[in-house]
Amino acid sequence: MPVNTSKEKNMKLNGAELTIHLLKNQGIKIIAGIPGGANLPLYDALSRSGIRHILARHEQGAGFIAQGMARSTGKTAVCFATSGPGATNLVTAIADARMDSIPIIAITGQIPSALIGTDAFQEIDIYGMTIPITKHNFLVKKIEDLLNVIPESFRIAEEGRPGPVLIDIPKDIQTAVIDLPDDYFLKSSCKIKTEILDLNRDEMLSAAGMINNSKKPVIIAGGGIISSNSSFLLRELTKKNSIPVALSLMGLGCFSPDNDLYLGMPGMHGKRYTNNLLHEADLIIALGIRFDDRLTGKPENFCANAEILQIDIDKSELNKIKTSHLSIQADLKTALKYILPLIEDNDRTCWKNFIQKSKNNNPSLVPDQPFSPFNIISSVSNLTDNDAIITTDVGQHQMWTAQYFKFRSPRTLLTSGGLGTMGFGLPAAIGAALANPTKQIVCFTGDGSFLMNIQELALLKELNLNVKIFLFKNNSLGLVRQQQELFFNKNYFASKFEYNPEFTKIASAFGIASFTLSNSGNITSDLKNILNNKYPAFVEIPIEQQQNVFPIVPPGKSNSEMIGDYYEKHYS
Amino acid sequence: MKNIILELKVHNHSGVMSHITGLFSRRSFNLEGILCGPLDDAAFSRIYLLVNENNTLCQIKSQLEKLYDVVEITVHENYNTDVFRNIGKLFNNDSEP
Repeated sequence: MPVNTSKEKNMKLNGAELTIHLLKNQGIKIIAGIPGGANLPLYDALSRSGIRHILARHEQGAGFIAQGMARSTGKTAVCFATSGPGATNLVTAIADARMDSIPIIAITGQIPSALIGTDAFQEIDIYGMTIPITKHNFLVKKIEDLLNVIPESFRIAEEGRPGPVLIDIPKDIQTAVIDLPDDYFLKSSCKIKTEILDLNRDEMLSAAGMINNSKKPVIIAGGGIISSNSSFLLRELTKKNSIPVALSLMGLGCFSPDNDLYLGMPGMHGKRYTNNLLHEADLIIALGIRFDDRLTGKPENFCANAEILQIDIDKSELNKIKTSHLSIQADLKTALKYILPLIEDNDRTCWKNFIQKSKNNNPSLVPDQPFSPFNIISSVSNLTDNDAIITTDVGQHQMWTAQYFKFRSPRTLLTSGGLGTMGFGLPAAIGAALANPTKQIVCFTGDGSFLMNIQELALLKELNLNVKIFLFKNNSLGLVRQQQELFFNKNYFASKFEYNPEFTKIASAFGIASFTLSNSGNITSDLKNILNNKYPAFVEIPIEQQQNVFPIVPPGKSNSEMIGDYYEKHYS
Repeated sequence: MKNIILELKVHNHSGVMSHITGLFSRRSFNLEGILCGPLDDAAFSRIYLLVNENNTLCQIKSQLEKLYDVVEITVHENYNTDVFRNIGKLFNNDSEP
């Protein structure tokens, strides 16, 4: 509570109290973090604030908990760490947020200003270290600066293309005192005003013309559709003009896989027919994608027969990898609303038939192996609610989840797409569960990834959240092992675990109900039993080490050069 | 190769230079020269960057525009770049023993 000197109608706050007040003013209700020497004043103020603190067991966990909250809600989430190692432990989670455009604010305590530059205990230049991995960062030099820096950080994190912001606050700033009018927090608006870019009518008319005149258009939609909350507009657009939709990994969930116009995910581990259809298209409408190399394969040959119409809020993404015939910098929601009335109704019977034929020739069957990751993931997909939130770690299980889980709503897949951080899944699931207490949360993981943030099982038990963890155990770093098999003459080096712990015993030791699925007579009823309660559970599924993610575009090759699927085995 | 000068108006604080030079190194853009100094009111600085004209120029410009502390960017294609060439002789250090 602020010390109130009511006679002057002023209140005295220290920098820590001011920071917490300003965070509260932005609607922050939960903060994940770990205290330490340099952020103790912040924790002291936090203890009296009414904001709920989540004590992560590692700062990287705190960063990913914030990400889980932000990815699942679209709202900025906050994490705390102390100086030195506390701050450096946040770095991976911040970089991850940067790559996937996730709005989080990391607030680090710093040693007192007077000691900066002296190699003091737990001193690190986290401001300098996070320049390349934040959207912007601040080192607070005066207590008054907080009044601007905190609300400004929320604006930066959310405006335009979202991203992480770091605020480094030296301890003496946290303890310095400021006088503010009593009604300061009532007066200052908590609403962030974000700028909306104006659209150019001629550009939008040309864009509509390109779509209307195309014969074989395909939309590739990505994370931009999700972060701009415009999946309903995407649906309208495709319905009106019968445009098929492919989704990037970050776009999964923004278009229903049940829709006939859905083409699946293209790219390195996409479907062959999806990649082929992109090659067939005469117009690619790129909505909120950044032409990542895992999506495009060799960029020169990507969609080689198509004109490209690109809409993205970030100007530096336009023409970065592929030169577009028309590129428009715009907020997708505004742009799609504007363009919808300009789009003609079209059935595209011919193109739709062509697509249906390709789909029929490449049926996406789940192989009939009960304990395979494909079957387990499909079964969990069938048994969970449409709004259940799925997190993954990184590796084979991540790609299988992208391939076999049916994501029907935006913000239901939380995955480390750009940075590919192993260890993301469990803390992100905890964050998602905190921000969505009524939803089912599932984390698919592997035995490689899970060990990288396993300490957060303690937090999961402490909070008793509805998170179900499915671990596919192949005693290896599967995606590495797979690449060594395919591209390094089966020279398996440093990719197999000579020893693996008993994961179910570990989960039990953390107090979490644990199961092994390996010889169950009725998987569906077992999975139902596991999923149908509100408590955490851990499930281990032993799988074959040789199980690969197929098909695959070999690194550096074009998307037309996929290997390892039925087609390749039988026709080439 | 032709040289281009990028003229920036930026907020004047100690981290700005790191933000700008860091951008060039991590995106592997070439940076041939830097001139920098505070403007009259000290809240802003002027930075002149000497870069090569090549196909990354557009990317450089739009990445610089995204930096929070960069207020204005102007691209000059026909400025005399001698000041950068002569920077080593500014104080006639060569004549000192």
